[in-house]
Amino acid sequence: MAKIKYIEFNGTEHEADVANGLSVMEGAIQNDIPGIDADCGGGMSCATCHVYINDDEWLRKLPEKEMGEDDMLDQAFEPKSNSRLSCQLIVSDDLDGLTVHMPEKQV
Amino acid sequence: MIKTDVVIIGAGPTGLFCAHQLGIIGLKCEIVDNLDKIGGQCIELYPDKPIYDIPAVPKCTGEELTNNLIEQIKPFNFNFHLSDRVQELKNENNKWLVKTLNGKEFETPNIVIAGGVGSFEPRKFPTKSAEKYDGKSVLYSIKDKNIFKDKSVVIFGGGDSALDWAIELSNSSKVTLVHRRDEFRGAPASVQKIKELSDNKTIDLITKYSIKDVKGNGSLESVEIKSESGESKVIKADYVLGFFGLIMQLGPIAEWGLNLNKKTIPVNTENFETNKKGIFAIGDICTYPGKLKLILSGFHEGALAARGCFKYARPDEKYRFEFTTASSTIKDRLGVKE
Repeated sequence: MAKIKYIEFNGTEHEADVANGLSVMEGAIQNDIPGIDADCGGGMSCATCHVYINDDEWLRKLPEKEMGEDDMLDQAFEPKSNSRLSCQLIVSDDLDGLTVHMPEKQV
Repeated sequence: MIKTDVVIIGAGPTGLFCAHQLGIIGLKCEIVDNLDKIGGQCIELYPDKPIYDIPAVPKCTGEELTNNLIEQIKPFNFNFHLSDRVQELKNENNKWLVKTLNGKEFETPNIVIAGGVGSFEPRKFPTKSAEKYDGKSVLYSIKDKNIFKDKSVVIFGGGDSALDWAIELSNSSKVTLVHRRDEFRGAPASVQKIKELSDNKTIDLITKYSIKDVKGNGSLESVEIKSESGESKVIKADYVLGFFGLIMQLGPIAEWGLNLNKKTIPVNTENFETNKKGIFAIGDICTYPGKLKLILSGFHEGALAARGCFKYARPDEKYRFEFTTASSTIKDRLGVKE
């Protein structure tokens, strides 16, 4: 279990307890947190669960991107070097306290 | 004006199987999709990825599933209207008048929306200023490459479309390729070629930059790009091209008064009709208590919606339930000879 903080583009904060094994994307969907669309349902086939990891330490600590994630991020709205697809961030106790920021929009 | 029993919006698996069910019960349909090919998300997003939950098919790819469905509806000879989009619906005397972007018109008692998560459209530049030049000097696809001859063209993107056009246009235009990172997702041979063209100064390659602004006085003059650390550059540009892949947009469906719930359309589970008489919604785009976004659910929804359509298409006939194994009428429709 990890407490994940989701911050919308307009600054609204949401916190959710997300079970281990779920993705950060699923944590948002299950808790009706707006700002993550996840059109493809977690298949790394779209780029609508795009988030920013603003904290450098967290950015380093997260598991590295697998092949394909950056390719999808090329197609996201305003990708940056701290962009991740939240469907690829799998929750474990290690992620407790993670904060993700949503982009202005997903599509 | 084409008169038909049903217009299906969306040629994904759900729309295709609904067409099959319409054919089986003796109705005609026309199928509209804004992709240039049949198959919807299956063909656009995961043609090569295996699917494991189609009943009685242990494993198949998106492309195989699509090809099988096309094969299955072949006997009915339904028309596909690809690279087109239903733009406008109007109700007149219990018939729907349907207009598409390309100017096609249909008259039908039934519309089945099998639109998935919406239609695939190119992702556009996030910069507001680019909108003013959209379709003129800011482009997301190329129809006539001759317009770029001897012009300054700035291309954004790192996939095959961006690389291929950068290579192609470098023969006759001044090309700058801008990408947000050092790696490219295009084919290795194209990436290699781009590096060669950049080394011998045929093209300007700028990485770790993205668009900031486009500028012009009437016509486009330059594009400003920025790095994440805040540096910016201004590049002369007659044309700016963006290749960021496709995104899914609900588009005109949102304007039809269908009581949208987020991006989905509420339906009843008896025949998948929406709040509008004669408009049905099936597959990923519909919602009801217990909805599962599975292809198999889309098949079921399409079968029931087809029967719903029968009521309006043949108001004076009584629908007769028949099995394909036993019905000679159905076998005739399928062109099966015994």
